[in-house]
Amino acid sequence: MNNRMIIGLEVHVELKTKSKMFCRCSTEYFGKEPNTHTCPICLGLPGALPYPNRQAIEWCILIGLALNCEILNHSKFDRKNYFYPDLPKGYQISQYDLPFCINGKINVDFNDKQKSIRIRRVHMEEDTGKLIHQTINGKGVSLIDFNRSGVPLVEIVTEPDFENAFEVKQYLQKLQQIVRYLGVSDADMEKGQMRLEPNISISLNLKSNDLPKYKVEVKNINSFSFVEKAINYELKRQLEILEKGQTPLQETRGWDENKQATVSQRIKEEANDYRYFPEPDIPPIELTDAEIKSIKNTLPELPDQKTDRFQKEYLLTAYDAQILTRERALTDYFEEACELGKNENITPKQIANLIINKKINPDEVLPAELIKQIILTHKNNDIGEEELRQVIQKILKTYPNIAVEYASGKENILQFAIGQVMYIIKKKIDINLVRKLILEELK
Amino acid sequence: MKNLTLKSAKEKLIKKEISAKELTKFYLERIKKLDKEINSFNIVCEKEALEQAEKADKLLSEKQDLPLLGIPIAIKDLFSTKGVQTTASSNVLKGYIPPYDATVIQKLKDAGAIILGKTNCDAWAHGSSGENSDFGPTKNPWDQTRTPGGSSSGSASAVTADFALASTGTDTGGSIRLPASFTNTVGLKPTYGRVSRYGVIAMASSLDSIGHFTKTVEDSALFLNITAGKDQMDATTPDVPVPDYTKSLNQDIKGLRIGVPKEFFIDGLDLKIRQAIKNALKFYEEEGAEIIEVSLPNTEHAIATYYIIQPAEVSSNLARYDGIRYGNSRESFGAEAKRRIMLGTFTLSVGYYDAYYKKAMRIRTLIKQDYEKVFEKVDAIVAPVSPSMPWKLGEKINDPLTMYLSDIFTVTGNLAGIPGLSVPAGFSEGLPIGMQISGPQFSEELLFRLGHKFEINHDFYTKQPEL
Amino acid sequence: MVIDVLHISKLANLTLNDKEIKLFEKQLSSVLDYIQKLQQVNTDNIGETSQITGLVNITRKDENTPSLQQPDAIANGKKIHNGLFEVNAILEQ
Repeated sequence: MNNRMIIGLEVHVELKTKSKMFCRCSTEYFGKEPNTHTCPICLGLPGALPYPNRQAIEWCILIGLALNCEILNHSKFDRKNYFYPDLPKGYQISQYDLPFCINGKINVDFNDKQKSIRIRRVHMEEDTGKLIHQTINGKGVSLIDFNRSGVPLVEIVTEPDFENAFEVKQYLQKLQQIVRYLGVSDADMEKGQMRLEPNISISLNLKSNDLPKYKVEVKNINSFSFVEKAINYELKRQLEILEKGQTPLQETRGWDENKQATVSQRIKEEANDYRYFPEPDIPPIELTDAEIKSIKNTLPELPDQKTDRFQKEYLLTAYDAQILTRERALTDYFEEACELGKNENITPKQIANLIINKKINPDEVLPAELIKQIILTHKNNDIGEEELRQVIQKILKTYPNIAVEYASGKENILQFAIGQVMYIIKKKIDINLVRKLILEELK
Repeated sequence: MKNLTLKSAKEKLIKKEISAKELTKFYLERIKKLDKEINSFNIVCEKEALEQAEKADKLLSEKQDLPLLGIPIAIKDLFSTKGVQTTASSNVLKGYIPPYDATVIQKLKDAGAIILGKTNCDAWAHGSSGENSDFGPTKNPWDQTRTPGGSSSGSASAVTADFALASTGTDTGGSIRLPASFTNTVGLKPTYGRVSRYGVIAMASSLDSIGHFTKTVEDSALFLNITAGKDQMDATTPDVPVPDYTKSLNQDIKGLRIGVPKEFFIDGLDLKIRQAIKNALKFYEEEGAEIIEVSLPNTEHAIATYYIIQPAEVSSNLARYDGIRYGNSRESFGAEAKRRIMLGTFTLSVGYYDAYYKKAMRIRTLIKQDYEKVFEKVDAIVAPVSPSMPWKLGEKINDPLTMYLSDIFTVTGNLAGIPGLSVPAGFSEGLPIGMQISGPQFSEELLFRLGHKFEINHDFYTKQPEL
Repeated sequence: MVIDVLHISKLANLTLNDKEIKLFEKQLSSVLDYIQKLQQVNTDNIGETSQITGLVNITRKDENTPSLQQPDAIANGKKIHNGLFEVNAILEQ
């Protein structure tokens, strides 16, 4: 390969707090009538003032901690000033130079290898309203719903550590899993609860680690499959330009699913002077090391830790452990079943096998039910000792050489005998028991 | 019912010498008759006021004891009033009807006050004379060819013209203290954060202080009892308890140390104003206070600092007026608003932020420290409010910078977040002179004490303009 | 000191006519010259004051209060369509 793709990722995660970031409106706006979840604050009415949501801040810090970030003792909110119809105040309250979390990293698995992705920052901001484009009476209009305005968003920015679409997908899945584990977001991409913008550039200079002098930001990616398509499209598009000896334009592009291509968005660059300044309506946030520690103590066991523990404690394979720890609900279900299974001598492995192979739905089968099922299966497989003896005697009669060879010291013939018994019975039986009975019969 | 104060009106209402309806009608009629000339009101809520008065009379007859029950007041048109047009005296908000009340309005309503209407001001509170109103300037009732000061021009005029017993105002760079001194009223700029800003149209968020106009210092203290306090809707209101501000009014001032900042007695200070302040200081000395010369060395940088920080915050606060959810097009902004928006946008922009905004924030620290040092030596400061007497309408309107310089004695108080009380201190050729009493943050009780002592020993507050 | 009034007006979402541009250039220039004096003041090792209250950590519980009813939320909009605020089509997002 004569080129290196350089991708950085900006992900926005919508928090599932009860109230919005700076006002007490409900965040459950999805699918509701427009402009029914607003108030003077999130509508940007004259005179309204923001009042920050403590839970949202703690959850933002929790995400940063889960990503191994350093949490700042002193941080603040800033105003990001720009004009757009879905931005009611004409500025977004965000964080500029003192975000809550910085300098983290996360390990992601790529085909049996692990890659460390550096997290540049994790910060808190508020969402905008939603724009819907329509044509009314032949005229193109944009319609605005402010229900989403003010919903808490956590922005997670990586260093440009990705080299291909696959790595990006793995990271996104991991991030989605983590925030769901933390219980801070449902991160459903179709509902817009997790949004992403990759920054993509390509370097033809494999000798140097210098970043290219341009990067292309891609917006409007609503699913994991779009990510892959968009990145691969950009790879092709940018390479074509570079191979002509030119530099791709530094710009923002949008993924167009209909065209199956990224399309240039003609937003003026000069409008991007955001004139950040400290938010005067919100006092700064100061956290002592003790307070940060106490938030850290509320971190639940994260997917990586759980997967490791499952392999060690439950003697599961890495593959099985990963399947079982994919979602918190399934994980908790499995552990509950294991706890119940202890009393019935049922192994975690047996439980895991049943869940995975039979694709058990935790919502439909209670853990106790599951244990009962396993016990029953064993019962049906149980064969009486008498029946077993009869089969063994039959085998010994049919193959008289078993007795002869065993008597002459060839213990291997036992394997043959056991094999024959198993073949006839065709059920799960205790091999040790079979062996014991054969020996008894031989005597 | 003429020339009542809040206190005396309350007494008459409780004694049933007058009814709330009569009182309200009295003011409504005066406004109808005389405000055409003065132009202190943008809108008068006659029907609502009379309804509120009827309710008040019913409660009065039940011997309900709300602090402002039946008291007619006026509201600066910067405060959101539910169901009542709120314009900031700008064409951009003409027709805007808020769906909610500002916290202060809710508190005043809960206290039983009757809202007569919304008063005129410089549009968006941008100004020191009232001449930047999109609805015509308010005239000074003491001399209708002159400014009543701004930006709370209508609120100050309404009280001195006996159109209301009290009125609300805002002070970001002097917009209560200056008009109070030009209209012979008592104007309080409280400590920043003492009174909630929620619902008041924001000018400069880190400087806006929510205050009021009354005829006497005691009335002012009564009013602050209602409006002060931490608010669950305003994150910049400290959790400082609200005392009864009227309790300590008559406490002795012997032994108090009063500072006189030498930087405020510059050459350009009108001689009559200088004399009035000197007389006041002499009075305090005779009453047992110690007069000490102090220095606020960074005063000379205050206007420049203020005119960087304020327009920057203004430019951001006025960004929401895009005509989509309410209001009219941004093209309806007046010239001063456009100037300040652009000045602010410029000083915040790429390449200039450090040299201007950041620099100004540092000088703000120096100014704050100046006051901290001074208040280690003295308990309060007495100084002029304005370098000049009320000027003629039209005199300064063509040069913004000249207008900005009239804020020289008031902006330092906003930058430091400290309270300031403007009290009538004399007259010159029939025009009022006010003096400014300032103190450390949350020292309003002390300011009222000093102001009250001066007021009751002089008769300035008894004078009325002839209308 | 001269401001690029046209550029700033675009950033500030203001449309100015030629007369205004000329007038503001002059007036803002004079204000800026005045403000320039601050460059002379020594502010080495002086921190910035962006909050005068000294408050920190003012946050609230995560709880709901009722939102505005839709009619109140849209009452002041000049162009409404099916409960949504309407503007001329925005090219691209």
